[in-house]
Amino acid sequence: MRGRMISCLLVCFIMCAGEVHAFSNQVIQRGAVGDDVLELQARLQYIGFYNGKIDGVFGWSTYWALRNFQDKFGLPVDGLAGESTKTKLVKVSKYYESFVKEQIQKGNSFTHYGGKPLSEQVKGDNNATAAKTTVQTTATNVPKGFSQNDIRLLANAVYGEARGEPYIGQVAVAAVILNRLEHPSFPDSIAGVIFQPGAFTAVADGQIWLTPNETAKKAVLDAINGWDPSGGAIYYFNPATATNGWIWSRPQIKRIGKHIFCK
Amino acid sequence: MVRVLLIAFLSLGVVSTAYWGYREHQEKNAILVHAENNYQRAFHDLTYKIDMLHDQIGTTLAMNSRTSLSPALAEVWRIAAEAHSDVGQLPLSLLPFNKTQQFLAQIGAFSYRTAVRDLDKQPLTKEEYETLQALYQKAANIQNELRNVQHLVLKNHLRWMDVELALATNNRPSDNTIIDGFKAVENDVQSFSEGTNFAPTFTTITNREKGFIRAQGKRISENEAKQIAKSFLGLKGTETIKVVRSGKGADERFYSVTVFDPKTKTEAYMDITEKGGYPIWVMDNRPVKKQAISVYDASVKGQQFLKKHRFTNFELYDSSQYDNIAVLTFVANEKGVRIYPEAIKMKVALDDGTIVGFSARDYLASPPLSTIPKPTISLAEARKKLNPNVRVMEERQAVITNDLNQEVLCYEFLGTLGDDTYQIFINAQTGMEEKVDKMQSVERNYE
Repeated sequence: MRGRMISCLLVCFIMCAGEVHAFSNQVIQRGAVGDDVLELQARLQYIGFYNGKIDGVFGWSTYWALRNFQDKFGLPVDGLAGESTKTKLVKVSKYYESFVKEQIQKGNSFTHYGGKPLSEQVKGDNNATAAKTTVQTTATNVPKGFSQNDIRLLANAVYGEARGEPYIGQVAVAAVILNRLEHPSFPDSIAGVIFQPGAFTAVADGQIWLTPNETAKKAVLDAINGWDPSGGAIYYFNPATATNGWIWSRPQIKRIGKHIFCK
Repeated sequence: MVRVLLIAFLSLGVVSTAYWGYREHQEKNAILVHAENNYQRAFHDLTYKIDMLHDQIGTTLAMNSRTSLSPALAEVWRIAAEAHSDVGQLPLSLLPFNKTQQFLAQIGAFSYRTAVRDLDKQPLTKEEYETLQALYQKAANIQNELRNVQHLVLKNHLRWMDVELALATNNRPSDNTIIDGFKAVENDVQSFSEGTNFAPTFTTITNREKGFIRAQGKRISENEAKQIAKSFLGLKGTETIKVVRSGKGADERFYSVTVFDPKTKTEAYMDITEKGGYPIWVMDNRPVKKQAISVYDASVKGQQFLKKHRFTNFELYDSSQYDNIAVLTFVANEKGVRIYPEAIKMKVALDDGTIVGFSARDYLASPPLSTIPKPTISLAEARKKLNPNVRVMEERQAVITNDLNQEVLCYEFLGTLGDDTYQIFINAQTGMEEKVDKMQSVERNYE
């Protein structure tokens, strides 16, 4: 009798432990990315608060879903998934982790609603074995007003123009392109600025089509997010190779690496 | 026999080489013609747009009724924008042609602002009318010059590819008809923009270039800049610090500090204003290890850092994780009113929670508000101005910079419509919808 009770308790304990340890102990905030966000979205969807994609990125729709959940369950409505919110959520919902991760790896579109067999919630019969094993999320944070392709195009330009430069030199080149975007003397789209005839040597000689590395992409993100090491420059040139006399007449702001940045 | 075969073989070689060369030549020519045609299209399109622009401004001058003036000004705005885009497609970036481009952008900004204004309540002022007349005059001059260039281009079959070449090599700077023509246009516009006093609503475009209004106080020395960097970055003293003063091209002089840490072999960079010694931005490009703390912890660290450096009253507005770095945006909050122009950005490494980036550019460039006005309409009244389909989730008071570059007090609403989230600003004085933004921060991966 006693043995049975202990094993009963043990089973219960293991089950509970499995559930409680689901989330890591971080406070999940808007903008976060990763496994905890996947679980948060899946659990919120399980009880019908979240209708968006389970993509592992804590965006606005996840934020509102979480706040509605907090409101319904009498928790402080702050849009943060802290200790009490997570505990409550774990209590009232289920999370089929292996199902969610499997679908993400296979690239299927799926949902995770409660009260409906999981097999009916997968769209697209992409049953091929997963090609990518490291995929955690199916989406990315992007700065407002810029798409991943915009970032890629900018990274191409930065890599083609300044791949041998120090990191801040690369950020500065990206910042110059963005400064031109705002400036009345230049076209007002990213492509317009980059492909303006004669504006960038990397465009003229085709080096813009080299595949950019991670550093160039990081530099572009920093520039978009508001870092401008060029000091508001709209031109730059390499004094060793500049053939045009006019560029020397521009008021110079500073030098970074091989480039002189000017107004 | 062998000789005959050899001759046949060699001549076949010559013939096929010739054929190959001919094909290459043809292909090259086809590409040249194609590129040239693109330039010609942009150029002739530009002259046509300037014609239209001139005519359209002329029409607006003759108009009296407000109902026809607004659409006509909107038309001016559209044509100016198109002409601006045409200029951007010509190989002129090495030619000083920016005054003309600026002129087109300014016509656009002017006509847009007057077109969207309620001209019944705020009719064109005398100055604005004079500006319009001056713009008309100037458009006529540009039109004439460009017409002249166009005539010469057509008559003498001038090629834009030659312009590109001449500008790139800079061999013969001033014997190209097209270049001369465009230089004439530029000079013309230059004398205009220097001599004309634009109406007050018109000056704002250059406002943003004014630099760091907040950075006031006594000028600091290089040594003082070093000290500021030391305390701001929390340096231990073992680092090598290099300070360089900016050139005369900067709106406001600043110092660029480079800090090399021999222990980690990484560099951190920082710019500090010369006046008052305000940090403009900091960037530390050290490699960030595996994520150990959450975005939430990072924002707490960021908040503490701001407090420590006497940026009080700042609250977190936005946070995003990129790989192992959290990018945070803080905005000032004065007595419950968010001041959006006063924004500070930070990057926090998610391995150990240290600050790897700081940018106060927006904050330093925003003019300090003397007083925040009291709203004249109530929150409930403002809410009535919203699209009834928007489900309001959050509301507060906020100061934003509107389209006319003025700081205005608004009621801010965050709401959802369908699956999207919108940020809507209703002017707390006039009830006007100042700004509606769709909030998008997440994009699916295409890989």
